Amino acid sequence: MTPQSAGGQTITHRTTARADARTATHPTGHRGSRGPSSLRPRLAPYLFSAPAMVLYVAFTVIPLGYAFGSSFFAQRLTGGGILGTRRTVFVWFENYAEVLTNASLVAGLGRLAIYGIIAVPLTLGLALVFALLLDADGTRFKRFGRTAIFIPYAVPGVVAALMWGFMYLPATSPFSHVTRALGLGTIGFLERDGLYGSIANITIWGGVGFNMLVIYTALRSIPHEMIEAARIDGAGEVQVALRIKVPLVGPAMVLTSIFALLGALQLYGEPAMLKPLTNSISTTWAPLMTIYRDAFVLDNLSSAAAASMVLALGTAAASLAVLAVVRRTSRRGMA
Amino acid sequence: MTTLTALRGTGRPSLRRGKVLPTLVLVLGAIYCLIPVAWVFVAVSKAPGELFSSFTFAPGTGLLQNVADLFSFGGGAYGMWALNSLLYAGLGGVLSTLVSASCGYALAKYDFAGGRIFFGALLAGLLIPGITLAVPQYLLLSDLQLAGTRWSVLLPSIISPFGIYLCKVFADGAVAQEALEAARIDGASEWRIFRSIVLPLMVPGMVTVFLLQFVGIWNNFLLPYIMLADQSTFPLTVGLNSLLNQGSGSPALYSLAIAGAAVAIVPLIALVLFLQRFWRLDLISGGVKG
Repeated sequence: MTPQSAGGQTITHRTTARADARTATHPTGHRGSRGPSSLRPRLAPYLFSAPAMVLYVAFTVIPLGYAFGSSFFAQRLTGGGILGTRRTVFVWFENYAEVLTNASLVAGLGRLAIYGIIAVPLTLGLALVFALLLDADGTRFKRFGRTAIFIPYAVPGVVAALMWGFMYLPATSPFSHVTRALGLGTIGFLERDGLYGSIANITIWGGVGFNMLVIYTALRSIPHEMIEAARIDGAGEVQVALRIKVPLVGPAMVLTSIFALLGALQLYGEPAMLKPLTNSISTTWAPLMTIYRDAFVLDNLSSAAAASMVLALGTAAASLAVLAVVRRTSRRGMA
Repeated sequence: MTTLTALRGTGRPSLRRGKVLPTLVLVLGAIYCLIPVAWVFVAVSKAPGELFSSFTFAPGTGLLQNVADLFSFGGGAYGMWALNSLLYAGLGGVLSTLVSASCGYALAKYDFAGGRIFFGALLAGLLIPGITLAVPQYLLLSDLQLAGTRWSVLLPSIISPFGIYLCKVFADGAVAQEALEAARIDGASEWRIFRSIVLPLMVPGMVTVFLLQFVGIWNNFLLPYIMLADQSTFPLTVGLNSLLNQGSGSPALYSLAIAGAAVAIVPLIALVLFLQRFWRLDLISGGVKG
């Protein structure tokens, strides 16, 4: 053998080792060779996932456990008189009972529900409509439409709230400017009842573009023959959209609706940003605002922990409910 | 003139209506999405007095003054916020992408004890609302003397269950098991395989994850709002909120806030439009074939 084939020799050796590894399951295969262990890496996957695991434990598992634990404790004054000492005591489900009977938090959950019922279906519905229009044959200005509708994705929620906030504010609103000129008066965007629509509008505006692109991408992966076949059978553009396209983008719709739901339940930045512009938003308008106030203004961490656990459970329950409904309907569709 | 003839030439009116309606709806949607952006760019050109007096879509005369005021406000606080946002989103996005890529690759291509459990835990983590974690994260980091520092925003931003999920899905489809086996036979170390074979194959997926993370961190409000107290560490979102809260109803401040919003969205819109073509959204919509 020539010196140049040294590398080749290694390869041959390794190939034998691999062959050994393959026969290792065989009773006659030898054990303890270096080959199999170097070919079936044991340590590598742990090293590759270690950074993620460490960060996940540090910033998700431990905080969650901490929140869960502290939701069962409370600061209590013990001993008599004004000079009683503050001690942390185990109170079972007392914090939870307080949370669920806390009028401002329950009212906040009610407001959140109204907001969510407006925002989530409209975001997804509009996203689906725009995606279908982008995918339809006759539509013009597709590039312009796609780019323009996607632009709000790049605008932070609080900046969007600031921009819309000034467009709602009676003194600067272009819409109220027009209605006043027509003698219809100012639109109550920031009044108590108008707020639901106004805040929903901000998140719909921010969310439609991204969801539209996700659904549109799913639409484009539908085999062209399928749509051609339906057309040959005499289906119109609308029928093709409703009977073929919509059912086939189901998985993308499920994912986007769960994300939209999760986003809706975590409403915070938009009402917080509109707050300086109107008196109709209290410090407890959204549940997260109450939790923030409890934790950082009132320094009542156990109550905040219990409330955030309730919200986390509610979020998980809502997402699982969406999944269950989807699974049932898709099974019915199969049958 | 030519377009008009062409339109007329398309023949049957029913066909024409079928094209006009979808186009109209799409254009209306586009206008709806552009109105606030257009409004904020017009409003930024108005001197504080003009903001309340002139018609809202008429341009004003105070553009340069407003921008100058914005950058001199609070001793250059706005520029500092912008740099902070860039630091959090840029560095956080890069680190998050690398952590997600290596973990996603491990979950996709190795069969190891605990891998499945970890993946399940990650998916469950997607369902946990931010505030549930933000409050205890704050307490944890204040115990470590890190709350209020830039680390307190950077570190929690690095871990992204969704990013890991996308990288796993992408690695499943893009990295061939045979290529890994062949490299092992040639004696390449696992690290070398990851660096020179896997990472180049995963670039399209990683660009998508980076963009999602960059925009997500840039747009995040709650985490920095809870963690930070010192103005000089604020990102743009928290900075603009503090600006608006400093005195309600003062027209000068409104002009500053509007200028702040206008300047803040320019680089991000440019970035998203430029990088739009590199997106692999089929990762999310479930179109990736293994």
